[in-house]
Amino acid sequence: MVEYLIFSVLNTLVLGMLLFMLSSGLTLIFSMMGVLNFAHASFYMLGAYFGYQITTVAGFWSALIISPLLVGILGAAVERYGLRTVHKYGHVAELLFTLGLFFIIEEGVNLIWGRNAMPNFIPASLDFPLFTLFNSEFSAFRAFMLLISVAIFIGLYLVLTRTRIGLIIQAALTHPEGVNALGHNVPAVFMMVFGGGSALAGLAGVIGGIFLITEPSMALTLGPIVFVVIVVGGMGSLTGAFVASLLLAGLQTFAVGLEYSLVDLLGIIGVTVNADGILRDIWRIQLSHIGPILPYLFMVLMLMFRPKGLLGKREN
Amino acid sequence: MNTKVLKSLIGMVCFAMMAAASAMASDTVKIAYIDPLSGPFAAVGDSGYRHFQYNAELINAKGGVLGGKKLEIVAFDNKISAKESLIQLKNAIDQGIQIIIQGNGSSVAGALISAIEKHNNRNPDKPVVYLNFAAIDPAFTNEKCSFWHFRFDASVDMKIAAITDYIKETPKIKKVYLINQDYVFGHSVSSSAKAMLAEKCPKVEIVGDTFTPLGKVKDFSPYIAKIKASGADTIITGNWGADMSLLVKAGKDAGLNVRYLTLYGNGLGAPRAIAEAGIDKLVTVVEWHINLSVEENKPEDEKFFLDYQKKYSNDGEMPYYYGRARTTMEMLADAINKAGTDNPRAIAFALEGMEHDTPYGKVQMRSQDHQLIQPLYLAVYAKADGGSVKYDSENTGIGFKTIKRIEGEATAMPTTCQMERPEK
Repeated sequence: MVEYLIFSVLNTLVLGMLLFMLSSGLTLIFSMMGVLNFAHASFYMLGAYFGYQITTVAGFWSALIISPLLVGILGAAVERYGLRTVHKYGHVAELLFTLGLFFIIEEGVNLIWGRNAMPNFIPASLDFPLFTLFNSEFSAFRAFMLLISVAIFIGLYLVLTRTRIGLIIQAALTHPEGVNALGHNVPAVFMMVFGGGSALAGLAGVIGGIFLITEPSMALTLGPIVFVVIVVGGMGSLTGAFVASLLLAGLQTFAVGLEYSLVDLLGIIGVTVNADGILRDIWRIQLSHIGPILPYLFMVLMLMFRPKGLLGKREN
Repeated sequence: MNTKVLKSLIGMVCFAMMAAASAMASDTVKIAYIDPLSGPFAAVGDSGYRHFQYNAELINAKGGVLGGKKLEIVAFDNKISAKESLIQLKNAIDQGIQIIIQGNGSSVAGALISAIEKHNNRNPDKPVVYLNFAAIDPAFTNEKCSFWHFRFDASVDMKIAAITDYIKETPKIKKVYLINQDYVFGHSVSSSAKAMLAEKCPKVEIVGDTFTPLGKVKDFSPYIAKIKASGADTIITGNWGADMSLLVKAGKDAGLNVRYLTLYGNGLGAPRAIAEAGIDKLVTVVEWHINLSVEENKPEDEKFFLDYQKKYSNDGEMPYYYGRARTTMEMLADAINKAGTDNPRAIAFALEGMEHDTPYGKVQMRSQDHQLIQPLYLAVYAKADGGSVKYDSENTGIGFKTIKRIEGEATAMPTTCQMERPEK
């Protein structure tokens, strides 16, 4: 039991921090520009494919640096030459623009790399068990993922709270018009935030592509959960995204171990139900079966009872 | 009546007669291939299309059917949705196609079976026959069986029977964990496995029976932790696609040392994602694999699949995989020739009970339930060494080797099918 608990906590941390890397960029973009960037997970996918391609030529460590830079530049270019032009037509146009971009990137990846998964594996220098606890292994690559994402969290936190540009971004999160009126070059800040957010997604991609599978549907599988994270965490709140990532990862991880169904739960309080008839499928579902869907349930509840999210500041 | 009108009338009649004649003398037999050609399963559907295309070309090169008619595969994209498949079935029928091939997704196959049954009852003069090459819900050859449906892949219970026989013969296996996708197919894997284990090897303990939502799990580590805590030495799973690859990847990460007995562990895309993690551990029930021709010394079949790889595999990235595509097409061609017509009713009657020689032995389309009875193999991931593991899959350096051959008769399962046959 102790073994199971410890490893569940570690797994929660690994998955949670991967989610955080993805959602931190998205939440900043969302709250600054009001754009729900559907293509964010596509930048994550591009990061994975670039990472794989660079790894085959120059090794993993180069890929870890070059791939996020490439994706960041691409993101900045998309903002500068795409979103900024569409911006004057309002939020719906921007939303449609990013949705289109999502499809274009997915089909582009299909065309260039094909529909099959890429043989993207853990680099040899990190492919060993870091420690063995109660005869379960914890791989060095997972520890490395944790390290990177913690470093990013601290780095982002310092940039946002201790630097001038961070202050402007912070201000733009809550009072974008005010910042504009004070004479700051808000479009340039937008471009930087979009590029930076994309680069973070790219970095998550380099690591996530190895951790999960590098394939054209990877954007689609991780996209929705990232939106859940920023809604639950509260838009614009980095700490919120951090807490929500860990919370949702924990929810998924721990639910797997709980084999209780509604019948068992009612049994605890002394109610017995006849688990037959038309509702029998509902009675028999165990918590462990629906673990991966719980975050979405959580999002719906959050929107109903606390629409600004856990740590969000704005109501609208 | 003035001559102008008369002339144009004569012209129209001539044109109509010509059109009718050309339709009658049509020198092709069209076959509709309905499978996903876009979306997340496009890679698999597209590869299947090429398999059938290739087999049709080979048959045509040998003179086609009925003394010179050519087979033509027409592709329809169903996006792996049952609803979309019915629309495409209608399209195919409207184009005058009466032979349907489909494989991916038991939900799709179930919808097609009932739609075709309905269509054939209403249009007894223009029936449709359905060749299923991959949807393996046992119901299709039991309670839901149909005269118009023929299955060329082994059903879930046949594959699980092969797996449980292997467990019985391997005394090392003591604790089994079942992990499957939470939908009709995954549940049938779980229930067949439980029933057969209880019957064949009551001493083997089932230490877990978990269902995961289809395609939703990103990190299988929590499940691996649970499997580890259960002390299992073997996993039985029907998972396919990313659910299969991610399970083995997470297992390797946590140093989980178990045998995986699977239905789709060698599926298209899996060797790339799993690679070394599967060596000597990941076993799959198949009717064909990439080194079978070498192991059983069948140079003709070796040439057959190598020619395919040269032409259609994108330099080996999407290798030959559906061994049964060849059986399906060859038996279809034989049935058309035996019936002496491309009328689906005659084809269906000709297929019933038909025997066919494949490179790996005799196979038979059982007439009670239209299930093909063929030899099955348990194959395990192995490093390609140039010896008996001569070829690798998907350019990974990793191929498969047979650990057990199961003869056709031994795979046959009893059926409850009460087939209703039309008049001949």
